[in-house]
Amino acid sequence: MILRGRAFKFGDNISTDHIIPGRWFHLRSNLPELAKHVLEDVSPAFVSKVKPGDFIVAGKNFGLGSSREHAPLVIKMVGVRAILAQSTARIFFRNAINQGLPVLICDTSQIDEGDELEVDLNRSIVKDLTNGTQLSFGKVPEVMLHILEEGGLVPYIRKYGDFRL
Amino acid sequence: MGKTLAEKILSQKSGTNAHAGDIVVAAVDLVFVQDGTGPLAIRQFEASGFEKVAKPKRTAIFLDHASPSPARELSNDHVLLRNFAKKTGVFLFEVGEGVCHQLVAESLANPAEVILGADSHTTTAGGLGAFATGMGSTDIAMAMALGKTWLRVPESFKVVVEGYLGEGVYAKDLILHLISLLGADGATYKSLEFCGETISNMTISERFTIANMAVEAGAKAGLFPSDEKTKEYLIAQGRGERYCPLQPDDDAIYEHTIKIDAAALEPTVAMPHSVDNTALAKELKGTKIQQVFIGTCTNGRLEDLAIAASLLKSRSRHPDTRLIIAPASRKVLQASIEAGYIQTFLEAGALIMPPGCAACFGLHQGVLGDGESCLSTANRNFRGRMGNPNSFIYLGSPATAAATAITGEITDPREFL
Repeated sequence: MILRGRAFKFGDNISTDHIIPGRWFHLRSNLPELAKHVLEDVSPAFVSKVKPGDFIVAGKNFGLGSSREHAPLVIKMVGVRAILAQSTARIFFRNAINQGLPVLICDTSQIDEGDELEVDLNRSIVKDLTNGTQLSFGKVPEVMLHILEEGGLVPYIRKYGDFRL
Repeated sequence: MGKTLAEKILSQKSGTNAHAGDIVVAAVDLVFVQDGTGPLAIRQFEASGFEKVAKPKRTAIFLDHASPSPARELSNDHVLLRNFAKKTGVFLFEVGEGVCHQLVAESLANPAEVILGADSHTTTAGGLGAFATGMGSTDIAMAMALGKTWLRVPESFKVVVEGYLGEGVYAKDLILHLISLLGADGATYKSLEFCGETISNMTISERFTIANMAVEAGAKAGLFPSDEKTKEYLIAQGRGERYCPLQPDDDAIYEHTIKIDAAALEPTVAMPHSVDNTALAKELKGTKIQQVFIGTCTNGRLEDLAIAASLLKSRSRHPDTRLIIAPASRKVLQASIEAGYIQTFLEAGALIMPPGCAACFGLHQGVLGDGESCLSTANRNFRGRMGNPNSFIYLGSPATAAATAITGEITDPREFL
């Protein structure tokens, strides 16, 4: 599958408190309202600029902190198609996959804000169409690949009824 | 080939000869949610077509973050959670009972178990030798329904701590020091496994403080052996029969070994806005603090409040510094009243919060103003964590917090010894 979109660049150590701060704790059962605040403390303009199909491009340890699955959930809701990062926190990574949101681990340092990207999920390749570079991303474990293929853990379990290793 | 604590527990619970890097399906002994992650977990549980929980008596819901609820949206979330508990027969811990990790420790966790919680600080129960880790709502919903989960067996870092902690130096200082050594992502996906003379001599309360913060270095678990201290703790909680000894094999393979000399440690503080950004408390003298917060799943236990009370006895908070104290559970609050700590705190000018997460996560009960700084005994100081991105959070031990409340600026507690 080939994905195309623009890069929205973030730095290192973007925590779940940055992605969806605790002051919006009371909106967690109102996801459309919660999604209006995604990443606002890091980039106030992000939510108004991001379009369906775009990518978050981050540094290392993206999504550290709390287990709140609302973090990848609202990122997906505003249209982000995949997250590219040098590394991510453990719980965030698993939550994103469970929400059917691909997380691609690669060297994001050459990608700039606004670059047009093309991601080939099958060949594990990212092309930066703006600067002409190409890089490959690491493979995800097979069990996660199957969860992603089904669009997340809920559809996966609905289909198989159990974990299949 | 010898096994680490993580490999031993996950081998047993998956019925395989598991080693680091393997992916296993493991039986889950205890699974829980709190009020911030529970509503989504229930929705995912129902969206998957489930009606029954696999092990209702080993499943729990904690109303601890919004305790009590400050907003009708959260009151409605609580209604949803209470109704689900009634329908499925799982445990429900009401508002005011305490923080989930403290209640899991007091009432539910046992050595060698696999424990999953929809909260990142689920690692706390590693203090009892349980493989305890945090996951998101969907993973937890499936564990509730199926009684199992899939896990990658983590590689382990061996953390050897030898010697005695000096006076005024505590487990909190040790874990802050370790996180600064590792970095905020230095142990991502790993199991931190603690051993050595200092660890053997540590109380279970101190072990909880360390296990709680393992996740702040990215770790999947923070594991302690199950030993005589564990046995004593379980007996005191009324479930001594659940004790089983657990040690790693002598020839277990570790990815990395870290040695810490406990005697060389000094009171340590994490500075804004990351937990690995540490300095010694004495180096931060002169940093004005408008709010001190003592409590949370990291440092809201009876031992922590005893330390704070010993410094605050016959002293008062600085007039420019608010002092907020939230016991980690109802049991802790009751014992603190009996021991006279609450009287000491009130006489020192403190504000006592109901047992629960309180000011830790930014919703209520102590939101900071623009430009204000807080010294907290909690586990996170990310920008905006306490409800305001224009404020500053420092993390320290209960002793450092109490000393800081007295002087109004970050203070090495040894000044009051």
